[in-house]
Amino acid sequence: MNAPAYNFAYLDEQTKRMIRRAILKAIAIPGYQVPFASREMPMPYGWGTGGVQVTAAILGPDDVLKVIDQGSDDTTNAISIRKFFGKTAGVATTTSTTDATVIQTRHRIPEATLHAGQVMVYQVPIPEPLRFLEPRETETRRMHALAEYGLMHVKLYEDIARFGHIATAYAYPVKVNARYVMDPSPTPKFDNPKMDNCAALQLFGAGREKRIYAIPPYTTVVSLDFEDHPFTRYRFNAPCALCGADNSYLDEIVTDDKGGRMFVCSDTDFCEQRQAAGHHGTESAAPHKEKAHV
Amino acid sequence: MSELSSPDNDQPLLVAEGLAKNYGRLPACRDVSFALYPGEVLAIVGESGSGKSTLLQLLSAQLAPSAGRVSYRMRDGVLRDLAELGEAERRFLFRTDWGFVHQDPAQGLRMGVSAGANVSERLMAVGWNHYGRIRDTASTWLDRVEIDVGRIDDAPKTYSGGMRQRLQIARNLVTEPRLVFMDEPTGGLDVSVQARLLDLMRNLVSELGLAAIVVTHDLAVARLLSHRVMVMKGGRVIETGLTDQVLDDPREPYTQLLVSSILPP
Amino acid sequence: MTAMIELANAEKTFTMHLQGGVELPVVRGVSFHADPGECVVLSGPSGAGKSSILKMIFGNYRCDSGRIGIRHHGKVIDLATAEPRQVLSIRRSTIGYVSQFLRAVPRVATIDVVAEPLIVNGVAREEARERAGKLLRRLNIPERLWSLPPSTFSGGEQQRVNIARGFISDLPILLLDEPTASLDAANRAVVVELIAEKKTRGVAMVAIVHDDEIRHLIADRIVDVTSFAAAA
Repeated sequence: MNAPAYNFAYLDEQTKRMIRRAILKAIAIPGYQVPFASREMPMPYGWGTGGVQVTAAILGPDDVLKVIDQGSDDTTNAISIRKFFGKTAGVATTTSTTDATVIQTRHRIPEATLHAGQVMVYQVPIPEPLRFLEPRETETRRMHALAEYGLMHVKLYEDIARFGHIATAYAYPVKVNARYVMDPSPTPKFDNPKMDNCAALQLFGAGREKRIYAIPPYTTVVSLDFEDHPFTRYRFNAPCALCGADNSYLDEIVTDDKGGRMFVCSDTDFCEQRQAAGHHGTESAAPHKEKAHV
Repeated sequence: MSELSSPDNDQPLLVAEGLAKNYGRLPACRDVSFALYPGEVLAIVGESGSGKSTLLQLLSAQLAPSAGRVSYRMRDGVLRDLAELGEAERRFLFRTDWGFVHQDPAQGLRMGVSAGANVSERLMAVGWNHYGRIRDTASTWLDRVEIDVGRIDDAPKTYSGGMRQRLQIARNLVTEPRLVFMDEPTGGLDVSVQARLLDLMRNLVSELGLAAIVVTHDLAVARLLSHRVMVMKGGRVIETGLTDQVLDDPREPYTQLLVSSILPP
Repeated sequence: MTAMIELANAEKTFTMHLQGGVELPVVRGVSFHADPGECVVLSGPSGAGKSSILKMIFGNYRCDSGRIGIRHHGKVIDLATAEPRQVLSIRRSTIGYVSQFLRAVPRVATIDVVAEPLIVNGVAREEARERAGKLLRRLNIPERLWSLPPSTFSGGEQQRVNIARGFISDLPILLLDEPTASLDAANRAVVVELIAEKKTRGVAMVAIVHDDEIRHLIADRIVDVTSFAAAA
């Protein structure tokens, strides 16, 4: 351990036990939000305090940690959390999705298929999917308890009435294990199908809101929709400018102040692996601008 | 006055027995018993503080009584004590077989979501999952309560008071409840708007064969809407009977005072 | 009994609590009957309690003691002690009441105001409207007014709409409270005709009429209310 002044992975053992108990309960009741005594962390709320506490509670000396922010391994947030655990736990870190045992993420699920034994840790800003329509926490908890989810469809109804289709593009509500409606955190709805029947364990931590929830491996996760307006994935209709992938989620990058832009994979590891394997994109401004459903 | 739609139905829909509610040592409602039959409209009249709103809350299972009980005949024909229903059953009843029209539409509507979604919410809550059909049904109901279907995507915060109240009624009736509770449904509206609303409610109640319990301090509302009236004072029912009988031939001093206080039309 | 209506010792007193509990006796010992196809006319001076008796038979005024037997669906029901539900059932399918004044229903077309009692009893809307139209025509209400709510009509027109509404149904008992007051001679004659038609269909009627000529034309029997005057 590099920094003996800290307990392993920063949190004291009692706190980790408390968090692990919450995690176990969350796994036992897929999609249910378990309250936990969220601690102050050495970073501001909104920077992943919930995810960091979950990661700290499950990390062991042999784990290999990957941290991504919007799919990228090299943004400030991803680097500082990776360094944080490198320093306080001394664990190995990686940018490779396949090599990692624990992947903490903000707003993306990697493109590479997750495998058994891996744990996804999601940073969650607002865990309650019903909140925007029903602000009372007492009422939303009762609605979850009684599986009264008509209100969730009100939001989708409003989308269709206003835009002609379900315009919700991220934090798209899902039903877990045919019971609890859950906010999958602000991941793009492109990633929703990856949660269904996933081999990895998925844990969600909301630090400010003091909630933990989970999707155990191989659990059914269904995106809500209407019979006549079924759920659709969504990505920019273009190949990645760097690696040429036409099935990955893309970020739009503005390249100059004259309207130039390019579309590149949001998952940097995925993109780099492809380029290393010899795939190439145009590396020029992408010709397509329109959006499409796929 | 509209007539009972199913007179030969001899099974009461809702039965109150010895209902009482105390707030600390203050009795808000004392020993109220009656039976309400399908298609029957009962008005509960009395002035502020007479206990009529407390009674409405007791009857609609929003408040637990200090004594007595309320039973309701479920759609399967079985009379059940409301206190013995599970919360899930009670809430299900509330969004399917019952309606509740609040005096303040802001309490009964979601002011920030569209009128269409307000009307549709109950349908989606009972599992309707086809947007097109949901929207068609919502449009039909807006039309029935005389709201321009062109306003379906506008939020009720852009509606006038009378429109909001009519929207609230549509939101409640969309699941074709058998019993509707109304708490001063015309309170706070202009007189001309009141007349239109009363006329609409009167027609809907008789067309749908709804039973209703209407709390009002306005005897004109009771006369126009109800078959039967209960006069409350100090938490007690002091007089009850056919609406026209109680209003034209009041017996109790307090009822005579109420009736004599109406301005002539 | 075969009578449609049979009153025995019916009594009514108003207690005026707002005037220090003054007791205002209205009628006592009211006893008479009306058979099918018979029109009984109540006579007596103003204030003798004729209208009160009519209202007691309709269940609008409560009866303090005595009995008001009404033949309803083949059984005799005592209106003095009947449940509100029974009274409503009797009003829907047994007793009709033609008052002097129309209680205006806002926004409802005249033709529908008249047709409503039939529709309530299960007659198809189209047929009900057709019969309503016939009656309105007989009572000389111009067709152009049929689609308007009667609340804007003159007093005489409103009364004729009210008469049409009262006479349209096939109820076995009709109570008539001055049905011809403020009508012109032609329309009075129509009402007399309507009453005669009801008699041939076996309808029992109790009426209050001030006009001697009309009374003479419609009455099968006259009951003098003076003898029931409670003060006497």
